[in-house]
Amino acid sequence: MKIVVLVKQVPDSGAERNLRADDNSVDRASANNVINEMDEYAIEEALRLQEAHGGEVTVLTMGPDRATESIRKALSMGPDGAVHVLDDALPGTDYLGTSRVLAAAIGTLSPDLVICGAEATDARGQVMAHMLAERLGFAALTGARKLTVEGAQLTVERQTEEGYEVVTAATPAVVSVWDTINEPRYPSFKGIMAAKKKPVDTKSLADLGVSADQVGWGGSATTVLSHSKRPARSAGVKVTDSGEGGVALVDYLSSEKFV
Amino acid sequence: MTTAVLPLDLLDLDALLTDEEREIRAVVRRLVDDKVRPHVAGWYEHGHAPVRELARDFGAQGLLGMHLTGYGCAGTSAVAYGLACLELEAADSGVRSLVSVQGSLAMFAIWRYGSEEQKQRWLPGMAKGELIGCFGLTEPDHGSDPAGMATRARRDGSDWVLDGGKMWITNAPVADVAVIWARTDDGVRGFAVPTDTPGFTAREITGKLSLRASATGEIVLDGVRLPDEARLPGAEGLRAPLSCLTEARYGIVWGALGAARDCLHTALDYAVHRTQFGKPIAAFQLTQAKLADMALELQKGWLLALHLGRTADRGALRPEMVSAGKLNNVREAIAIARQCRTILGANGVSGEYPVLRHANNLESVLTYEGTSEIHQLVLGQRLTGIAAFG
Ligand SMILES: Cc1cc2nc3c(=O)[nH]c(=O)nc-3n(C[C@H](O)[C@H](O)[C@H](O)COP(=O)(O)OP(=O)(O)OC[C@H]3O[C@@H](n4cnc5c(N)ncnc54)[C@H](O)[C@@H]3O)c2cc1C
Ligand SMILES: Cc1cc2nc3c(=O)[nH]c(=O)nc-3n(C[C@H](O)[C@H](O)[C@H](O)COP(=O)(O)OP(=O)(O)OC[C@H]3O[C@@H](n4cnc5c(N)ncnc54)[C@H](O)[C@@H]3O)c2cc1C
Repeated sequence: MKIVVLVKQVPDSGAERNLRADDNSVDRASANNVINEMDEYAIEEALRLQEAHGGEVTVLTMGPDRATESIRKALSMGPDGAVHVLDDALPGTDYLGTSRVLAAAIGTLSPDLVICGAEATDARGQVMAHMLAERLGFAALTGARKLTVEGAQLTVERQTEEGYEVVTAATPAVVSVWDTINEPRYPSFKGIMAAKKKPVDTKSLADLGVSADQVGWGGSATTVLSHSKRPARSAGVKVTDSGEGGVALVDYLSSEKFV
Repeated sequence: MTTAVLPLDLLDLDALLTDEEREIRAVVRRLVDDKVRPHVAGWYEHGHAPVRELARDFGAQGLLGMHLTGYGCAGTSAVAYGLACLELEAADSGVRSLVSVQGSLAMFAIWRYGSEEQKQRWLPGMAKGELIGCFGLTEPDHGSDPAGMATRARRDGSDWVLDGGKMWITNAPVADVAVIWARTDDGVRGFAVPTDTPGFTAREITGKLSLRASATGEIVLDGVRLPDEARLPGAEGLRAPLSCLTEARYGIVWGALGAARDCLHTALDYAVHRTQFGKPIAAFQLTQAKLADMALELQKGWLLALHLGRTADRGALRPEMVSAGKLNNVREAIAIARQCRTILGANGVSGEYPVLRHANNLESVLTYEGTSEIHQLVLGQRLTGIAAFG
């Protein structure tokens, strides 16, 4: 089975993150950039499938030069190689443009399965898997908390707010995963040392047959017009218990949709 | 107030490491945060650590014998191994001892001096942490001077029969294989002894006030009969066990800095938050002088360790260089631990903080793998050409 795993480099979600004042994009230059957390689960799932069914796992990243650090980290977990889409025209590309580029790159790899995280911690869009499936004509199995493969048949437990749905499809497919699906491995020392010898294929837009005016600021269908800081936390609601405290608490929780 | 930097960031020494080295360190740090730090104070208090479980976790990561090649070992650089020792010992010297003894003493002895059959039999399982090894050189009456060892191996037909005893042997109570050094008619020889061989017993040494999160034992060898295949064919004379000690000692050069770093982090944090006389105690010049001096020694020790590591990776490390590293870094680490203890005042003697635990642990580290005095003698001999051991 040939698997492509999408890996995005994002600013560390554990630290303070900012948007840039000039173009409203995520400030990546000053941030500590790491592999999008959910993507580690995608890598782990791909490696487990490879261990069970054989085949090949390729990491696919679209990102600037320094994304190579994240690619090496991803490879140290065990994938066989990587494709890095790198082009000066890419900054500013929105979801639609990104899905166009990634779909083109996936097209050159002809995988049976594309696995990605259900969301990235920087923008939290949860749309990439759907867009890619649409562009590629693959089945979309999104938000998986469990994935089973029997031959070309895929079965996914799709996490919902109330529980889960069982969804099936045949390959080729795009599967997006939540962090409930597995426990990602630490890279082994052998893996870390092997990573630097693994092939990383750098591709430009021209290599993929995507024209520069379909990406970047100009080629994006969406624009962020302005942004503001999240307001400081308000003081919260104080419930004074004079016999009705329990009811007041439940009223509050249900008004906030916690229960 | 300006932003505070961590002691080891003061001189930007990290810039001397490769990406790969930093990544290996990050993985060990994460593993230690996960599996060791949350529990280690409790292990220490109870004088018992889950050695087998830890060995499996460490083995799965590739920590055991990580600097050896083949037989399931990762084959990292000496610097990467050193960085791993530092991170382990930042949690506890006892936990680092487990890894040192497994990888640098027991596995190294078999890897370096064993037959192909011995390597195949023991090393892969030891690398995985499924088999635990120990290294028996010290005896009740022979510590710094192992040449006087009383344990004997005598030929009986094609077999060997071992009689004697070993003392203060790390991992002995849990070991599956003991590398035992014994005197023969032809000088000192080493044996890979399965611990279930009749006549072999290991008793746990209890009541230690140091290295309490490490299993230490006394081994009794009472007519232990072994085939010649148990003898390490490449090991002839005392040079063999001494070369293993050089390996393990190299890890200590780095490891001791980990204990010191953890103490200094703790003391810095404490000093900034503890108020006396209306100010944080970090604002007093006496405290700052202590902190500055300690940070300085930590950096210097780290540079020394890195120099030894890079020299080892070039294949040019000599035993007396490792003696210099062990002497300096353990001596400074224990001084830092004790000084940090003063900064914590009464809290410094509490097990809720790691500082006195580290200081107490370092007492063992100061003594094992060659006492400070012995390393002074090694350096003295190199400087003067005169051996002053006897
Ligand atoms: C927790 C722990 C774990 C250990 N694990 C192991 C292990 O796994 N395997 C193993 O084989 N051993 C192990 N050891 C033993 C350790 O290596 C010895 O304790 C060490 O070599 C010192 O020997 P000794 O205790 O007999 O002290 P001694 O040799 O009796 O020394 C006592 C004092 O005399 C000094 N001294 C000795 N000779 C001289 C001299 N010529 N000039 C000046 N001063 C001198 C020493 O420096 C020391 O200060 C361990 C020890 C401890 C505490
Ligand atoms: C086992 C034990 C038993 C004890 N029994 C008693 C008892 O029976 N009765 C009792 O009253 N107390 C008792 N104490 C408390 C003891 O007297 C205090 O721990 C001691 O006075 C230090 O106070 P502290 O621990 O709050 O440290 P702190 O005062 O917080 O000092 C922390 C560090 O800051 C340094 N420091 C503080 N101020 C300055 C400054 N201006 N300039 C430079 N450095 C400074 C200190 O020297 C120390 O290194 C006991 C303590 C212990 C450990």
